[in-house]
Amino acid sequence: MPATESYPDDLRYHREHDWARIEGEEATFGITWFAQDALGELVHYEPAEVGSTVTRGSPCGEVESVKAVSDVIAPLSGEVLEVNQKAVDEPEVVNEDPYGEGWLVRVRLSDPDEVGELMDVEAYRAHVAEQ
Amino acid sequence: MEGTLLRTPLFARHVSAGARLVPFAGYEMPVQYEGVIEEHRAVRADCGVFDVSHMGELHVDGPTAEAFLQDVLSNDLAKIGDGEAQYTLLTNELGGIVDDLIAYRFAHGQFLLVVNASNRAAVHRWLKEREPRGTEVRDASDEYGLLAVQGPRSLERLGLEQRPAFTHDMGELDGIDVMVCRTGYTGELGVELCCAQDDAVALWDAVTARGAVPCGLGARDTLRLEVCYPLHGNDITVDTDAVSAGLGWACALGKDFTGVEALRRVKEEGPARRLVAFVMDEKAIPRQGMAIEGGGEVTSGSHSPMLGIGIGMGYVPAASAAPGSELVLDVRGKPRRAHVVKKPIYRKGES
Repeated sequence: MPATESYPDDLRYHREHDWARIEGEEATFGITWFAQDALGELVHYEPAEVGSTVTRGSPCGEVESVKAVSDVIAPLSGEVLEVNQKAVDEPEVVNEDPYGEGWLVRVRLSDPDEVGELMDVEAYRAHVAEQ
Repeated sequence: MEGTLLRTPLFARHVSAGARLVPFAGYEMPVQYEGVIEEHRAVRADCGVFDVSHMGELHVDGPTAEAFLQDVLSNDLAKIGDGEAQYTLLTNELGGIVDDLIAYRFAHGQFLLVVNASNRAAVHRWLKEREPRGTEVRDASDEYGLLAVQGPRSLERLGLEQRPAFTHDMGELDGIDVMVCRTGYTGELGVELCCAQDDAVALWDAVTARGAVPCGLGARDTLRLEVCYPLHGNDITVDTDAVSAGLGWACALGKDFTGVEALRRVKEEGPARRLVAFVMDEKAIPRQGMAIEGGGEVTSGSHSPMLGIGIGMGYVPAASAAPGSELVLDVRGKPRRAHVVKKPIYRKGES
């Protein structure tokens, strides 16, 4: 079952509809409810490689629905520590639980100051309302 | 697509059913309601309904209509009688495919051609320019609503008796006059119901009340791809010929029609490239336009809801066209392995 619309207030958001959960010098990334709803049921997740470097605002993987391919945009820069294998094996988990079991990558941040450039939940909700 | 999008008579029904709408062939059409995969499975397991009112309907009537259609269409209309239908191609002088369509034969030299929405104007112009004395071609697309009701339980849900594929008959469904055609684009048992445009909403309501699940263009595409029905504009175009596309069976090369010499030549010499079906051997979803190593190209690609893997069709050099041949696709810069399979990709009971 697809999740119902929600935007947790402990996350930071990027305007390309990606989220970051910041835990010290590390962060977990995923796509927001809005992004998975716009794409529809995901059938493929092509992650960035573990050990690769991702740059804020640049692609760090791809998600695909039956109809479309979309880049996952890295909300922050860093080195990929871990990829969610469950999302690779069962991409529908991203639709079902985009902020939980449907996380995409865990990253060691290279520039924690970038966090200040992300939106808080209020700003992101306003951004979604404009779409 | 510039300008205002057209809407079918069912537009309000699509909106109230929560459809996601996209521009298609100049129309604002539902791509999905609840979800492509769910709708796809409904058609494979039970019954779905598609609004295909955007498709073109051309009447071709008159004492010379049959001879005229024999000259311009690839298949042999002499093989069908009144109340029957035939898949056929409108070909140009080079054997290229202007459109693929279904011709329905009625009594007294009357024919109905159901053509692709995106080619409606081109087909109408093509026929009008060549229309001989004693034939009248008329675009009646805006007079009709057309619903495709497809799935193993479709006839049962509509209360219709079994009837052979590629036949048509006038009938009634819950008080609405319909032309019932045993045709479709999903590989399942099913009918296409043609009604007066003003009856389209009532017909939609009747069909959905009988349990047909509303399905969008997304599922229509994955369903036809699993059974390897070509899509004009993707797999077949004015620049591809029927023999290379594997549609030689719809070309009566023994009769005279536009482009027949070119097609006979391709048949004799053997096509340089062939349209094949393939499945991915690695996790990846093929998409239209991707290159296939060795001089091929993907013309349709998607995820197969029934098989759970990437599937597609594309042109490859004839030497790589046999089932089992290994292919390498360029998936946005990454090589991904696939292999050619016999058509159709999906057969009932093999999922």
